[in-house]
Amino acid sequence: MRKLALNDEILLEIESPARYIGGEVNSVMKDKAAVDIRFCMCFPDVYEIGMSHLGIQILYHLFNQREDVWCERVYSPWTDLDAIMRKENIPLFALESQEPVKNFDFLGITIQYEMCYTNILQILDLAQIPLRASQRGEEFPIVIGGGPCAYNPEPLAPFFDLFYIGEGETVYDQLLDTYKANRQAHGTKADFLRKAAQIPGIYVPSLYKETYNENGTLASFSPIEEGVPEKIQKQVVVDMTHSFYPKTLVVPFIKATQDRVTLEIQRGCIRGCRFCQAGMIYRPTREKDVERLKECARELILATGHEEISLTSLSSSDYSQLEELVNYLIDEFKSRGVNISLPSLRIDAFALDVMSKVQDIRKSSLTFAPEAGSQRLRDVINKGLTEETILQGARDAFLGGWNKVKLYFMLGLPTETEDDMKGIAHLAEKIAMEYYDTVPKEKRNGKVQITVSTSFFVPKPFTPFQWAAMYSKEDFLGKAKVVKEEIRAQLNQKSIRYNWHEADVTILEGFLARGDRKAADVIETAYRKGALYDAWSETFHWEIWMDAFKETGVDLDFYTLRERSTDELLPWDFIDAGVTKEFLKKEWKRAISEEMTPNCRMKCSGCGAGRYKGGVCVESKN
Amino acid sequence: MKVRIKFAKLGAMKFIGHLDTMRYFQKAIRRADIPIAYSEGFSPHMIMSFAAPLGVGTTSSGEYFDMQLAQDMPTREIVERLNGTMAEGMDVLSAVRVEDGKASKAMSLVAAADYRVTFREGKEFTSDWKEKLKEYISQPQICVFKKTKRSEKTVDIKPYIYQFAIQGDKIHLQLAAASSNYTKPEQVMDGFAQWLGIEQKPFSYMVHRQEVYADNGNEENHQFVTLESLGEEVE
Ligand code: SF4
Repeated sequence: MRKLALNDEILLEIESPARYIGGEVNSVMKDKAAVDIRFCMCFPDVYEIGMSHLGIQILYHLFNQREDVWCERVYSPWTDLDAIMRKENIPLFALESQEPVKNFDFLGITIQYEMCYTNILQILDLAQIPLRASQRGEEFPIVIGGGPCAYNPEPLAPFFDLFYIGEGETVYDQLLDTYKANRQAHGTKADFLRKAAQIPGIYVPSLYKETYNENGTLASFSPIEEGVPEKIQKQVVVDMTHSFYPKTLVVPFIKATQDRVTLEIQRGCIRGCRFCQAGMIYRPTREKDVERLKECARELILATGHEEISLTSLSSSDYSQLEELVNYLIDEFKSRGVNISLPSLRIDAFALDVMSKVQDIRKSSLTFAPEAGSQRLRDVINKGLTEETILQGARDAFLGGWNKVKLYFMLGLPTETEDDMKGIAHLAEKIAMEYYDTVPKEKRNGKVQITVSTSFFVPKPFTPFQWAAMYSKEDFLGKAKVVKEEIRAQLNQKSIRYNWHEADVTILEGFLARGDRKAADVIETAYRKGALYDAWSETFHWEIWMDAFKETGVDLDFYTLRERSTDELLPWDFIDAGVTKEFLKKEWKRAISEEMTPNCRMKCSGCGAGRYKGGVCVESKN
Repeated sequence: MKVRIKFAKLGAMKFIGHLDTMRYFQKAIRRADIPIAYSEGFSPHMIMSFAAPLGVGTTSSGEYFDMQLAQDMPTREIVERLNGTMAEGMDVLSAVRVEDGKASKAMSLVAAADYRVTFREGKEFTSDWKEKLKEYISQPQICVFKKTKRSEKTVDIKPYIYQFAIQGDKIHLQLAAASSNYTKPEQVMDGFAQWLGIEQKPFSYMVHRQEVYADNGNEENHQFVTLESLGEEVE
């Protein structure tokens, strides 16, 4: 049997010991003597969250297809084990072999959200790997980052040897081959990094240098030597249907946040909402063939034994073969106790029909994401959802027996006025009235229950709002107060519940999302002062971060409250994410003048992603 | 057809709790493509029931659950299919067909269980623990604290210790395991430490459950038979 890195005494003392024992069904064991490369893949959050992430499962099985590579996994130890590992000097270990991560060739970290940045430092620290790449000798693994946050890697730049910009499936083979060749040629780490910098999509931060203007903005950003590319071009999988998809998924012993088979039906989104980073960086929209998806569904249910299958994509309703796929899944699996879960469906007749088949109407709720309270502001953000569509959807759903509605909005969007905020309350009220107007008393299944949730808007790189200003904590909370009071003033206020996201986490997220290399000092200082698991409200401490800003002399407001000029050199400008800066500028202007831009299927707006010659850009358009 | 599965939970699997073990087998049954029966209703679930939950930290080579099949299948094939998809440390030991009906439910049948307790190296309560333990067990009454959800009381567990033996460094216990008199090996061991008047080191001993029994006799004259022996292999 495998020998565990932690002894029984420790495992029985901590919460959920199964997080650390590995050995899950479909996890991959190999003979370490028979492989050339040991790769450790990391999701820097607790096991249950990390195991729910599809991207890691894809890469894990992709890498392990190679006979010369053994890819293993590691997640953030929870705070209880963290304390024990520090006290007893136990190095962080990979789940499969239970061997120290520091002895691996690669440590790959997927960076999905900004609030995990301190967890990345925890991973390095517990692995007994120096935090900064510049302090790491030949004996340490190559630390590589990828994922959506890598589109502005600068706040994390000093901690990583490499970043991978784009979709992981495409050039990892080349990277691993380059590594092997370099080792065979007795090359150093520096030699390898220089060669890796030539691979499309690979960014080697140590080969670039930035300078700043007196006012703190970026003055220049360029390679430090000849031959290093000035721009890093994001890599995409052009043919989704024939791209790698695992035939099996690792099945955790304990319940993961998403304990199910996930089918990725398409990548990207045709809509072009101006606040949405995913909608921009995953362009162009590429669909996967429905027959291929059916095959994956059958294979994966059999290989995992999961009792739920979930479709994943942005705006699933835009998938052209959705109806066929969903009906197939229901026919094939419903009688075998497998649930079908369908997130992000636009509420229409088809959606209601499907939902009534796959979930219990009495328990389920309708979800709308108007994002903004008024039509004017919805035009600004290019969210093509009208009030009439929402009310129509609600009306149909109420007649079908639903009485729970969830509404999602953002506060603090560019150009927002008090009317826009109050519009949130008015929309909720109109939906409530719709219920009492359409459903006769005797048919009502109790009161209508409307839940309004607002988050505060965070401008993200590579969106038309990347130049926008954020608000202060007080302003944000003031906005939530406006909404709250307006809801209280409505006739049906008793049917409307309101909750809002915390403001301080949002501000920090905004700082990390658009920060430059100077942000790294703040992150490291905050980490050293105890910041960890910042994405969890019970472990997030605003004061620690405030101390860190004070100590490093970095001005938080400079990064969050300032509207950037479109002429300014932005820290992520060296990345070519497909969409051009010209397109983003045009969209920013159109936003301010409340002009909508049609989606990719209606009309191509020449965003720049057409260069990849794939997906929606090459579909025949009338 | 109703099938009783006997399985072992060894090594690292002792860290998987009871609920997760149930979920683990539900998935395993689907992977093995066993034709299990589902309940009626909006969200159908597999018809299965587990006997005697095992606490986290305890290994076992005598765990049981029953499941209802929608179609018959040779018991040997069930074992093979399930073992084709087990994680290391989980092993299906046997499958037997048992009578249908409520009265034969694995859970309600459980009357006794065998345990093997061993001290971790260097964590023996005393150097002469063998003599002391014999002395402790041979008392006419063995009173231990029992904490329930509602109260804390002293109970005499002596009548519930059906067998006791020491073999080499191993302590063998057969203890009552019905819901009315369920006695944990930990109660015996912790009671022993208290009786010795010592503060035991954390995790001093390991517990392994070896078998679970039904009672074919009565209160006065127990006739313990393994749950497995109540069924038969079928082709
Ligand atoms: S190039 Fe045109 S069709 Fe392609 S993603 Fe951009 S806007 Fe859409």
